[in-house]
Amino acid sequence: MFKAKIFIKRRRTILDPQGKAVELGIKSLGFENIKNVRVDKYIELDIEELEELEARKKVNKICDLLLANPHLEDYYFELEKL
Amino acid sequence: MKFGVVIFPGSNCDYDTYYFLKFVLRVETVFLFHKESSLKDCDVVILPGGFSYGDYLRTGAIAKFSPIMKEVVRFANNGGIVLGICNGFQILCESGLLPGVLSKNTSLKFQCYNQNLKVINNSSIFTRKYSPDEVITMPIAHGEGNYIIDEEGLKELYDNNQVVLKYCDEFGNVDENSNPNGSVDNIAGICNKTGNVFGLMPHPERCSEEILGNTDGLKIFESILNK
Repeated sequence: MFKAKIFIKRRRTILDPQGKAVELGIKSLGFENIKNVRVDKYIELDIEELEELEARKKVNKICDLLLANPHLEDYYFELEKL
Repeated sequence: MKFGVVIFPGSNCDYDTYYFLKFVLRVETVFLFHKESSLKDCDVVILPGGFSYGDYLRTGAIAKFSPIMKEVVRFANNGGIVLGICNGFQILCESGLLPGVLSKNTSLKFQCYNQNLKVINNSSIFTRKYSPDEVITMPIAHGEGNYIIDEEGLKELYDNNQVVLKYCDEFGNVDENSNPNGSVDNIAGICNKTGNVFGLMPHPERCSEEILGNTDGLKIFESILNK
C-alpha cells in the first residue's frame, strides 16, 4: 500500500485571483516584501498496490481524468510506502 | 420536440428551466435524474444551472461522471442538441463536449445582475432568431465564469465560428469594462465544432417570460424549435 501526496498547481501563466486576494490579506496584516502568493491544491489518497510502478500509473490516470484540469493545472505527486 | 432537464445533486435552476419549458414555451418536458442512464427519447437535453456536487474539486468536474452524462456525451456525439446553462456550461467543458474551462471570476466576486451580450454568431441552431451583432440583456449569476482557453484553442474557436455570445456594454462595445469575470475576449457562450452543443454562462430561462420584465432569452429556445 502507498500513500500518494498529490500537488495540483495552477499554471503560473494563468492568473490566480485567490492568490492575489490572499496576498492582499497578508499585506494588510503589515507583512511587507511578500509576493507571488498562489493558492493550489493538495490531495492525499491511499492506494492498495504492491508495486510502486503500478501505483504510479494509477495515480497518474486519476489525476489526468479527474483531479487536474489540463487547461488550467499541472500536477506532481510523491508515493510513500505504508 | 421533447426536452429533458438533467437534475444533478446541487442543481438549482432545474425547476425554473422545467417550468419555463413546460408552462411558458409549452413543449413536452421531462426531468432526467443523474443516476438514470436513459435520455427518454428527448430531442434536446438541457444541463441547468446550480452547483452540481457542491462545485467540489472544480465546477462541473464530478458531474461528468454521472451515469446520465455518459448518455449525454453519446447523444451529443451523434448530433443530439445539448444546451448547458451556467453550471451546465461548466459541465460541458469538463466533460470535453466543449473546449476550454471556466475558472474563478478575476474579481473573486459572485456576479449577479443583468448583463449585456452581443450575438456574435447568429447562424447557430441556438441563435438563428437573433440578428447579427444584436445586443441583448440576460441575467448572469456566477462566481466561476472566467472562460479560459489557450491561444491555439481560441484561434480554432474563431476559425470555426464557435464563439456565439460575448459580454458587452449597452452599446455593444466589447471591452474590459463590460467583462464581468475576466473571460478571454469577453466570451460568454460557445458552441462545439458541429454546432449541436451550446454552453453559456447567462441564464436565458430567467428572461423568457413577459412577467419577468425581459424576454431576450426566449429566442434561444425559439431558435432550437425553429418556429
